Amino acid sequence: MIGLLGDFDLAEEAAQEAFAVAAERWPEQGTPHNPVGWLVATARNRAIDRIRRRRTLADKTRLLDMPEATVDEFEDEVIGDERLELIFTCCHPAIAPEAQIALTLRTLGGLSTDEIARAFLVSEETMKRRLTRAKTKIRATGIPFTVPADHRLPDRLDAVLSVIYLVYNEGYSGRVDLAGEAIRLGGVLAGLMPDEPEVHGLLALMFIHHARHRARFAGSELVLLKDQDRSLWDMQGIASGRQELDRAIALRGQGPYVLQAAIASVQSEEEIDWSEVAQLYSRLAVITGSPIVELNRAVAIAEAGSPREALEIVDRLDLDNYQYVHSTRAELLKRLGRREEARAAYERALELAASEPERRFLQRRIVEP
Amino acid sequence: MKYALLIYSKPGSHEALSEDEYKAVFGEYMTLADDPRCLGSGQLQPVETATTVRVQNGKMLTTDGPYADTKEVFGGYYLFDADNLDEAIELAGRIPAARLGGAIEVRPLAES
Repeated sequence: MIGLLGDFDLAEEAAQEAFAVAAERWPEQGTPHNPVGWLVATARNRAIDRIRRRRTLADKTRLLDMPEATVDEFEDEVIGDERLELIFTCCHPAIAPEAQIALTLRTLGGLSTDEIARAFLVSEETMKRRLTRAKTKIRATGIPFTVPADHRLPDRLDAVLSVIYLVYNEGYSGRVDLAGEAIRLGGVLAGLMPDEPEVHGLLALMFIHHARHRARFAGSELVLLKDQDRSLWDMQGIASGRQELDRAIALRGQGPYVLQAAIASVQSEEEIDWSEVAQLYSRLAVITGSPIVELNRAVAIAEAGSPREALEIVDRLDLDNYQYVHSTRAELLKRLGRREEARAAYERALELAASEPERRFLQRRIVEP
Repeated sequence: MKYALLIYSKPGSHEALSEDEYKAVFGEYMTLADDPRCLGSGQLQPVETATTVRVQNGKMLTTDGPYADTKEVFGGYYLFDADNLDEAIELAGRIPAARLGGAIEVRPLAES
C-alpha cells in the first residue's frame, strides 16, 4: 500500500479501514477467494475515497485518474515484491538510525507503536514522535521508494542488514520478542534477495545464536559457552542456521556475517575445532580491522592449546578501557601459572564491569583455583 | 524536486592542491554547474570576508566573522532539480569538497 500510495500514513489508515470492513463482512458473506488481494483492493479504494474527500485545489493527485481497483490486479507476488522497496526506504541512511529501526518494525514487522516503545524503553509519545519525524522526512525530502541502483546496492544492503541485526540484538533487553521478529525479517529479505550471500549469512547467524539463547543464562547468571547445558539448545534452529550458512557459502559468501555465522556453527559442534575458529576470526579481523575480533581470535588460539601466543596478541591490543581485555588476560595468566598478575588483571576487569552478574562472575573467578 | 547542495569546505583544502590537481577539481565544479539539472550555483569569497548582522530590540549589531564558528565553512552552493533524494545525494557525492575534508548538506527547497 505504501508503494502504491507513496504515503505511509494514508496507507496505514486505509489498511485499517479495509481490515475493519473485512471483520464486518467476511463472517457473514464468507472469506473471499483471494483474501490478501481483496484487502489491498479495498484499502486502495478507501484511500482514493479519502483523497477525494480532502481534495483541495493543490491535491490534484495522479491517483484520482486511476480506475477503481479490482481484486484480480493484486496477485500475492506483486505484493511480495514491494516489500523490498519498503525495506530499503525504511533503512535509508538519510533517516536517523533509531528511527530506521522503529520504522522497519512498524511497517514490515507490523508491531504497534506501543510495542516498539516498550522494546526500546521509551514512552509511546516519544516513539510516536520519532516515527512521525521519520515519515515526514521521507515525504519532505523525496526519499525514493525503490531498490537502490547496483553500484549503491552493497552499501545500502549493509545498512539494511545492520538494522535487522540491531533489532535482533535489542531482543535480549526488551520485553517484546524482537529476536524472533528480526529472524522473520531476515527470512523475508532472504526470500526477496536469494542471491545475496550476506543476507543468508545474517539469517544463519541469528538462527544459531537464537537456538542457544535458553542455555545462556542460569537464572540471572551468565553461562559460558563451554558450560552451557546443550540439551537446552534448539537443534532445529541450529539446523536451519546451518542450511542458510551452506546457502551463503555456495554463493561464495565471505563477508562478515557469513564468517560470524560460520564461527557460531563451528562452536555448536559436539567437539569444537578451535583452530578453525581462530582461522575464521583471523579472516574476520582482516575485513573488519576490529581489535575486539582480535581479542576473540586470541581466545580461540588459547582454546586451541597456545595460551602463550594468545597472551602476546592480547598484550598488543590497544583497548585498556575494555573489560574483556582484562578478564581475558587474567584467564590466560592464570593458565600460565602467573597468579599474581592474573589477580591484578581480574581486579582491573572488575573495576570496569558494569553489570552485577558479570561482577559476581569475576569475583568467583578470582577465588577459584 | 528542487534541492540545495550546501558546500562546507575545509579551509585551505583547495589551495593546498597542486596546480594540475586544482585545474582538475575546478573542472569538476564546472561540469556540475553545466549539468542540465543544475538551476544555479554560487561560490562565496573566503570566510575572512564574512560579516554577521543581528537586530536586537531594533538595534543593529554588526560583527566581523561568520555566524557559526565551525571547522568547515560554508563556501558555496548548487541548486539542482532532481527526481529524488538519492539522485541529489549522488550529485552531492561528486562535489570535490566532499572528499577534500569537507561535507555537503543536502536540503530540499520548500515548494511554493
